[in-house]
Amino acid sequence: MKAIVNVYLKEGVLDPQGKAVHHALGALGFENVDDVRIGKQIVLDLGAPSMQSAEEEVKKMCETLLANTVIEDYSIEIVQ
Amino acid sequence: MKIVIPRFPGTNCEFDTEYAFEKLGHEVAIIWHEEEIIPSDADLVVVPGGFSYGDYLRSGAIARFSPIMKAVRSFADNGGYVLGICNGFQILLESHLLPGAMKRNENLHFVSKHQHLKVVNSDNRFLRRCEEGEILNIPIAHAEGNYYIEEDRLKELYDNGQVILKYCDAEGNPDNPNGSVDDIAGICNKEKNVFGLMPHPERAIEKILGSDDGVKMIEGFLP
Repeated sequence: MKAIVNVYLKEGVLDPQGKAVHHALGALGFENVDDVRIGKQIVLDLGAPSMQSAEEEVKKMCETLLANTVIEDYSIEIVQ
Repeated sequence: MKIVIPRFPGTNCEFDTEYAFEKLGHEVAIIWHEEEIIPSDADLVVVPGGFSYGDYLRSGAIARFSPIMKAVRSFADNGGYVLGICNGFQILLESHLLPGAMKRNENLHFVSKHQHLKVVNSDNRFLRRCEEGEILNIPIAHAEGNYYIEEDRLKELYDNGQVILKYCDAEGNPDNPNGSVDDIAGICNKEKNVFGLMPHPERAIEKILGSDDGVKMIEGFLP
């Protein structure tokens, strides 16, 4: 199975990259964009015995290494 | 006095740091990150600048798990002095030896220039030879120096005298090169034995190179 982890800056933490892209989109005439947030996606191939154990393990990975929880939030999606 | 400088794959300021401390008459040992022990006669550990592990994932995020960092943590827990410069600061943040985190510079540029700094608090071992309010001229060179900490924790930093350096212009007015909260350039832990700053004092120890203001900073660690 695979785990798809999305890591992004927390709400309320200013995202300098998102702000720059938002500005660039505006300059290109895309005026209906209210906000842009940029994050990263980490895809893991897992040999875990069950989806539940996979999710628990990936959560540990996020808390230890994949995300810096001082400034970042993360979401986990497990797919077969 | 003996200074230990851990070196990671991608570190590039270890020799400048060695030069600076040797110039002041200290003994320096550069040790590989796979080492698990800090020599017992070490008086100071300096985590140097560079791009450990290519800044992959986040600056300092992978170096944090190097074997040597466990030893650095117990060295610090036992009251040993630790100084993190630039990438070294980022590694100490990722290690939670210092509070807060780094984001990309607000303007997204890699900023490399001489920058003025104001000494905000000199009641600590690192800056004790500087005056509070004194303005120093020290080079900066980083893309992720946009220091962030939550508001209530920022208040704690001020209450405990942990904010030690701020970016400013030559007259001491705020001049922020990277968007860091409250123009913060350097902090220390509550116990005041772990220090981190983005600017490079080890690159400012010869007048001919533009400034020797770094000398009085690192001299603070002298007995």
